[in-house]
Amino acid sequence: MLSIRNLKVSINNKEILKGLSLEVNAGEIHAIMGPNGTGKSTLASIIAGRDIFNVDSGEVIYKGKNLLEMAPEVRACEGIFLGFQYPVEIPGVSITNFLRTAMNEQRKYRGLEPITAKEFFAKMEEKKKLVEIHSKLTNRSVNEGFSGGEKKKNEIFQMAMLEPELAILDETDSGLDIDALKIVAKGVNSLRTENNAFIVITHYQRLLDYIVPDFVHVLYEGEIVKTGGKELAFELEEKGYEWLKN
Amino acid sequence: MQPLVKNNILKEKIIGLSRENREDIIGYDTPDITKIREQALSKFVDLGFPDQSVEEWRNTNLDNALSYDYNLAFHPVKKITNIESIFKCNVPHLNTLLVSLLNGWHVFMDEALKTLEDGTIVGSFAHAIKKYPEIIGKHFSKYSGTGKNGLEALNTAIAQDGIFIYVPDGVEVKSPIQIVNIIRPESNIFVQARNLIILGKNSKLTLVHCDDSYNLLPGFSNTVTEVFIGENAKLNHNKLQNINNDSTIINSTYFHQESNSELLYNAISLNGGLIRNNTYVKLNGEGCETNILGLYLMDKTQHIDNYTYIDHVKPNCNSKKLFKGILDEKATGVFNGHVHVRRDAQNTNAVQKNQNILLTDTAKIDTKPFLEIYADDVKCSHGATVGQLNTEALFYIRSRGIEERNAELLLMYAFAAEVINHISIDALRDRIDDMVKKRLRGELSVCDQCVLHCSSQEQPVQFDIDMSLLETNN
Repeated sequence: MLSIRNLKVSINNKEILKGLSLEVNAGEIHAIMGPNGTGKSTLASIIAGRDIFNVDSGEVIYKGKNLLEMAPEVRACEGIFLGFQYPVEIPGVSITNFLRTAMNEQRKYRGLEPITAKEFFAKMEEKKKLVEIHSKLTNRSVNEGFSGGEKKKNEIFQMAMLEPELAILDETDSGLDIDALKIVAKGVNSLRTENNAFIVITHYQRLLDYIVPDFVHVLYEGEIVKTGGKELAFELEEKGYEWLKN
Repeated sequence: MQPLVKNNILKEKIIGLSRENREDIIGYDTPDITKIREQALSKFVDLGFPDQSVEEWRNTNLDNALSYDYNLAFHPVKKITNIESIFKCNVPHLNTLLVSLLNGWHVFMDEALKTLEDGTIVGSFAHAIKKYPEIIGKHFSKYSGTGKNGLEALNTAIAQDGIFIYVPDGVEVKSPIQIVNIIRPESNIFVQARNLIILGKNSKLTLVHCDDSYNLLPGFSNTVTEVFIGENAKLNHNKLQNINNDSTIINSTYFHQESNSELLYNAISLNGGLIRNNTYVKLNGEGCETNILGLYLMDKTQHIDNYTYIDHVKPNCNSKKLFKGILDEKATGVFNGHVHVRRDAQNTNAVQKNQNILLTDTAKIDTKPFLEIYADDVKCSHGATVGQLNTEALFYIRSRGIEERNAELLLMYAFAAEVINHISIDALRDRIDDMVKKRLRGELSVCDQCVLHCSSQEQPVQFDIDMSLLETNN
């Protein structure tokens, strides 16, 4: 599904990713762990299409197409979703309107008719239950005045509504209490199918108690220095990132 | 200095015409009013048109707007047949009592002055001078004086007609009253309209006030509106402006508030060559609430200037100003917000905010929120921002599949919505909401329709003016 080969990325002449390679197939969950400032969020942003970075070399192929040439909205329509580490507040735009617009633009891209109001609201009700968000929240402006936990749950809610093929969750667990964490994990687990894939970026092994990854990668100073199964997360928790230096 | 010469030519022409047509101008007057007119004309002779040497007009240049060889309309449209079919407005679910001005003259539906069941009087200002001289004498030019500048003085001197509304004490007018002010420039017309709106004690009125132009010829509309809001009365005033790119509107409104009265004023400026809104509010009693809001969406070489002056004369009043604007291409804008807190006006609460989005490097805004405070126990704040669309928010929206242009529109619309949401008439808010969206998409055109009708496909034409049914007397 996603194939990243020898990706080098910089911002303001500072090299952030230094030849990163990653293969993600449908049905898989990949966890990316690593200390602060090693390029985890940059990787997420590059996949989603943020244009503040320079791709110096390497390639990102998604479903056989060159992902780097696509506008962010085209990537979304092709099935990519980024759960933001810091979701942006958009005053004046209700979640309902925002999601319906997004959903219909994606449907238009895929040659589908717009979703009817009835279908849309039925789907919202179903997904709201899944991530346990209050009814009133969806009438409010996107992320405006939301607590940290509400913002993260709103990201998972949007993911559940848009049903992406490849979802990248950028530190969705940070700042969450254990109950919210369980809800986020429940969201991911219930959306998981043979046809979609997840890249879960996290600092902590804790989230991986609830979302069981197929692969754990350790990103360190712009490169993936170690790849293993879920047991690697436990090892990291125990020994810390210092252990990798040796 | 060519334009200056032109201004002077126009000034001399207007003064000449005003003298020639004196009998028509003062035709309805009482002696007191004639006296005020004469003082005002002298003032115009002295001041002429405002130019940029005056601080309040520093950033608005009227030279181009005054460069046309304008004519004045000293007579109303003479013959109108089939009147009901000419002005009609059927915005869905918006039930208003409609009064219309054509080139500054009240257009009779059935009678010049109508008295509603509740005692409210609505109709022609000229006829009101004759029929209700005591009311007019008590209020006319009492809030505006002879005018703060040459244009207002000119209006006071020669404006013959306009809309008169009188709401008696204790009356809550059920349906909104809608004023449609249409300029039909056939030969570069310079229109003076004079409105007087009086709300008695404990009364309540909702106004929808539209400025519109009929064709694409240059026109100049110079309107002065005086509004008296009596004790404990409530006025909700919605102003809409949608005129052609060669037309100019100078719109001066004087609000006078007595104690415990409330004013909510929205000025939505969607299109216009040059628009200047002078809004003066005098809080002349304790416990007043006043909210002045503005939204302007300008492009091409359009110019918008919002000048507001709030005079806190008495203690315990709250005032709030919020003006938001989006300027595209080479559009220019001005915000001048003056809050004056007098020495006795303790416990004043005044907030003013002006926020702008500039979409291009060539768009420009001059903003000057200004506080002048003489009382010592007050809470006042002011702020202005000028910026571009938030790139992080744009990326967030696009990352959900919404294309760049739509993401921009969504952000612009969200920016504008803060003002639109204050419109309390649902049907009107929905319509303006729709118009703003169309304006932002570049689909709103100025046409031969009421400002309340946006040329949408899904809506039938709601406001038709068949100009062939009208004949002018000039």
